[in-house]
Amino acid sequence: MEINWAFIVSSAPLYIKAAWLTLKLAALGIAASLVIGLLCSVVLFYRTKGLVNLVQGYIELSRNTPLLIQIFFLYYGLTKVGLTMSENTCAVLGLAFLGGSYMAEAFRGGIEAVSKSQIESGLSIGLSDLQLIRYVILPQAFAVTLPSLGANCIFLLKETSIVGAIAIPELMHVTQDLIGIYYQTFEALLLLVVAYLILLLPLSIGLTWLERKVRYAQFGN
Amino acid sequence: MLNSGISVLVEGINLQRLMLGLAVTVRIALISIILGSLLGVFIGLIRSSKSKVIGFICRFYLEVFRIIPVLVWLFIIYFGVTNLLNIHLDGEVVALIVFSLWGAAEMSDIVRGALESLPKHQMESGLALGLSFWEVYRYILIPQAVRRMLPGAINLSTRMVKTTSLVVMIGVIDVVKVGQQIIERSVLKTPTASFWIYGLIFVLYFIVCYPLSKWSKNLEAKWEN
Repeated sequence: MEINWAFIVSSAPLYIKAAWLTLKLAALGIAASLVIGLLCSVVLFYRTKGLVNLVQGYIELSRNTPLLIQIFFLYYGLTKVGLTMSENTCAVLGLAFLGGSYMAEAFRGGIEAVSKSQIESGLSIGLSDLQLIRYVILPQAFAVTLPSLGANCIFLLKETSIVGAIAIPELMHVTQDLIGIYYQTFEALLLLVVAYLILLLPLSIGLTWLERKVRYAQFGN
Repeated sequence: MLNSGISVLVEGINLQRLMLGLAVTVRIALISIILGSLLGVFIGLIRSSKSKVIGFICRFYLEVFRIIPVLVWLFIIYFGVTNLLNIHLDGEVVALIVFSLWGAAEMSDIVRGALESLPKHQMESGLALGLSFWEVYRYILIPQAVRRMLPGAINLSTRMVKTTSLVVMIGVIDVVKVGQQIIERSVLKTPTASFWIYGLIFVLYFIVCYPLSKWSKNLEAKWEN
């Protein structure tokens, strides 16, 4: 097995570009899913009439279908009924559709961790619903939620590997191209793995650290 | 326009073909769930051993499969390993290998978490009562551990079913590939084919996964106390 280092050096810029795109799509998808998740968890918390069923239906749909199919439906399906979007829009929308429910579950877990008596005390000293969320629930729920939010971010970043299927030149797609065109299978895969390690390893280590911190804050060990 | 398109689902043998594709998807998922669970329980059990070396190897195995996306693993085995060893592996075999190993990694962590969550004194109390080591496992630890890990394990199964959709990327003729073939064949006659076919596949996955996640949620609620 000879490794073609020249090929690796000459292809590295392609991977750097692809890694940036992967990061950008993931960041947009994560931001959007945080917003969706927060809105959903607020609706679930207040059991807003009419919206609760909608939110629960959305969460079930999103959690029980694969991202690949969600994206294919957005990209190939909806364009046939008059709703055409660019592939990047589809990727971000798909990630947001998938991630929103995961974020909602994470927020819900955090909100449930805030004890009932605190919420009742807050209401009884005259806080409004919004003040209650802003000053009592969110600060506490946030700390509890942080590890699962972090895990969801890593999950979504990994899921971007799928959006290459709609011809977005992210890491998987670049790899597939290089294997197809130059037949430098081993080198392309090596670059791919290294790129994902550079993206994900720091996040994963950071998450482990964060989990330990939060655990310490809660249980003291 | 929309109304005319839906007939593409039942035209000719399209529906039968999609169902056969779904059978391939479910077959891959089922075999890898079984293999992955068996291997995962085994790894999870040996991870609770005191040995630092075994602990490190198991942890490394888990992290390697957690950090690299599953699709990348499919590519590594399908393109890389076959190229390196100069062999041919069928896409479905590659999928079974990758999903089983990945499932085992995730499963081992669920098993470890369940075992670690059991209070240490239970083993000691059991032994003090005169039960043998295996009786403590059989009657005290395993029944509790199963309760704690079953919801997680079922959830993992749902994730594995969803992940099988990736096999289309390594040339397996699963429900997605069959759908693509039908779309390509009927796109001239029915321009909205992709809307209906992908919509149906979306629903099919939901029908397979929803009962699983519902079951897991019910068990979790039932065993919470």
